[in-house]
Amino acid sequence: MLIINNLKASIEGKSILKGISLEVKPGEIHAIMGPNGSGKSTLAAVLAGREFVEVTEGTVSYLGKNLLEMAAEDRAKEGIFLGFQYPIEIPGVSMVNFMKTAVNEHRKHKGLEPLSASDFLKMMRDKKELVEIDSKLANRSVNEGFSGGEKKKNEIFQMAMLEPKLAILDETDSGLDIDALRIVANGVNKLKRPDNSFIVITHYQRLLDYIIPDVVHVLYDGRIVKTAGKELAIELEEKGYDWIKKEVENNVIA
Amino acid sequence: MEKDQDKILSDVTTGEYKYGFYSDIEMDRIPKGLSEEVVRIISAKKKEPEWLLDFRLKSYRHWLTMKMPTWANLKIAPINYQEIIFYAAPKERKNLNNVDDIDPELKKTFDKLGIPLEEQKHLAGVAVDAVIDSVSVKTTFKETLAEMGIIFCSFSDAVKEYPDLVKRYMGSVVPYTDNFFATLNSAVFSDGSFCYIPKGVRCPMELSTYFRINSANTGQFERTLLIADEESYVSYLEGCTAPSRDENQLHAAIVEIVAEKNAEVKYSTVQNWYPGDKEGKGGVFNFVTKRGMCKGENSKISWTQIETGSAITWKYPSCILRGDNSTGEFYSVAVTNNYQQADTGTKMTHIGKNTKSTIVSKGISAGHGQNSYRGLVKVLKNASNARNYSQCDSLLLGDKCGAHTFPYLEVDNQTAIVEHEATTSKIGEDQIFYCNQRGISTEDAIGLIVNGYAREVINKLPMEFAVEAQKLLQISLEGSVG
Ligand SMILES: Nc1ncnc2c1ncn2[C@@H]1O[C@H](COP(=O)(O)OP(=O)(O)OP(=O)(O)O)[C@@H](O)[C@H]1O
Ligand SMILES: [Mg+2]
Repeated sequence: MLIINNLKASIEGKSILKGISLEVKPGEIHAIMGPNGSGKSTLAAVLAGREFVEVTEGTVSYLGKNLLEMAAEDRAKEGIFLGFQYPIEIPGVSMVNFMKTAVNEHRKHKGLEPLSASDFLKMMRDKKELVEIDSKLANRSVNEGFSGGEKKKNEIFQMAMLEPKLAILDETDSGLDIDALRIVANGVNKLKRPDNSFIVITHYQRLLDYIIPDVVHVLYDGRIVKTAGKELAIELEEKGYDWIKKEVENNVIA
Repeated sequence: MEKDQDKILSDVTTGEYKYGFYSDIEMDRIPKGLSEEVVRIISAKKKEPEWLLDFRLKSYRHWLTMKMPTWANLKIAPINYQEIIFYAAPKERKNLNNVDDIDPELKKTFDKLGIPLEEQKHLAGVAVDAVIDSVSVKTTFKETLAEMGIIFCSFSDAVKEYPDLVKRYMGSVVPYTDNFFATLNSAVFSDGSFCYIPKGVRCPMELSTYFRINSANTGQFERTLLIADEESYVSYLEGCTAPSRDENQLHAAIVEIVAEKNAEVKYSTVQNWYPGDKEGKGGVFNFVTKRGMCKGENSKISWTQIETGSAITWKYPSCILRGDNSTGEFYSVAVTNNYQQADTGTKMTHIGKNTKSTIVSKGISAGHGQNSYRGLVKVLKNASNARNYSQCDSLLLGDKCGAHTFPYLEVDNQTAIVEHEATTSKIGEDQIFYCNQRGISTEDAIGLIVNGYAREVINKLPMEFAVEAQKLLQISLEGSVG
């Protein structure tokens, strides 16, 4: 599904990603952990097509295509979804109108007719139920005045609407109460299929109690310094990142 | 509505001005230039009565004593009035009760603009008066309306058929001495619409006038007079377009509205005159005086304007709230892209008791556009319990454009409550990227965001035109980002 090979990227001339390689196969859930500022969101931004991040080296292939050559909206229509760490507010634009435009752009891309208003509203209802999002949120402007947790739930709702092949969730669990965390995790689990994949960026093992990852990576200073099974998350929760930092430093010396 | 929105968002593919074509219609033009002789020729061409010629001449002589105002926040190239043609009309205008009598080229023009002149083809529930250059060429649904006593015709026809009404109301809201451009208009005005809604009648359809400048070097000076008698209601809409040309064209119009006791008038404008090219060459100079008089108690006048066109817009649709408990409203969206400039706003004059006014102004600037809101809320001494609420928002796309607000207040009554709010915001790259990430292209994202921003105003438009306005907003901002 996704093959990242020796990816290097910088922002305003400052090197942030320093050679990342990663392969995500259909049906897999990958967790990415790592200290603040290590480059997790930057990696997500590169995958989603944010222009201010400059790719200086490496390749990314997605479903056999060169991802780095595609415009952001085309990546989205090809099935890449980014759950933003900080979702953006768009005043005056209703969630209904926003989602309808997005869903129909996706449909057009697939050669399908736009949904009728009633079919669309039915779809909204179904998905709202699926992810247990408060009905009222969908009647407001995009993220405007939403609480931190509501914004995160809204990202999951949008993911449910767009049915991506590869969803990258950037700290969607941060700032959520226990119930909301369960809702978000359930949302992911309900949308999980053998042919779609998730990259879940998180700081907390507790999310991974609900969403069982196949692989856990640790990103540190722009590099993936450790990759293991879900037990790695537990170890990190107990011991923090210091031991990994030490390992990395020793490796550099050695 | 929902479906139409999809269409808008997928429809749009080019950023060019769509109405910039020129039609080769056989025209009757007078030589260029302005003089007392020209004023007389215009009046003679229109076979006007003596009293109207006198009105014109009086206005012209007054105009000679006036200077062009300079207080607006606009850079205006000098206008040479001797280079302008003040009268141009499609030739051989018979009495056009039959569509077949219209020059086919003319009919094509309006078809191309999406304004078919055949009644059966037209939008259900909308009557149209079509004005090209200096004359009205066709008014639809005249007979249907006449059955209810509603008069809807060209200004010229009104002068002939209803001289008493014209005499009584013309100049009663905008006197011929009002301002430089209004005075010029009073001297040389050509055609426009006239509308009278009798006592107790709710006009069953939208009335609309469609203005088109076609000829080169020609100014358009239309004049519209709208009278809503006691207990009546009317919703009126005007639209405007012009061919793309390298030189600037002058448009100086007057609109006067009178609302008697318990009457309500909604006046909407979708102004899309040619804005000039991307380098700021050409475009219409739009200097307009629009004013409504809430004459009777409980009367209401509501202005809604979507201003996307013109190189320069100088326009302040205003309300004089003379009747007790009368209400004035002004809802505006003004877009300036490339090198367009707009100085627009309103004046609410509270004279009667318990009068209310609401002002919602949304400026959108892109490219090198300059957008100014200028408003005056004036509460006179005897206007007890006057209320005003003003909200002026500015949206900026890019960093070469400008937004300015000039709100003025003159309050001479202690009981008045006047509120003013203002915001300035930018369309962020973050917002656009968020849309991109959901599969929405940048152009569509801007359309979505801008329409969200302007929604409050667009919602005030009649349904049939709201969709058109949304589309227009998006088109006029194309190519403004990225
Ligand atoms: N727009 C930007 N301009 C300049 N520097 C940036 C920008 N975005 C990110 N950076 C820098 O890039 C580095 C990586 O940031 P990134 O947001 O990818 O970290 P992260 O791993 O997601 O951290 P967190 O866990 O706090 O979310 C940081 O040093 C950050 O300051
Ligand atoms: Mg981050």
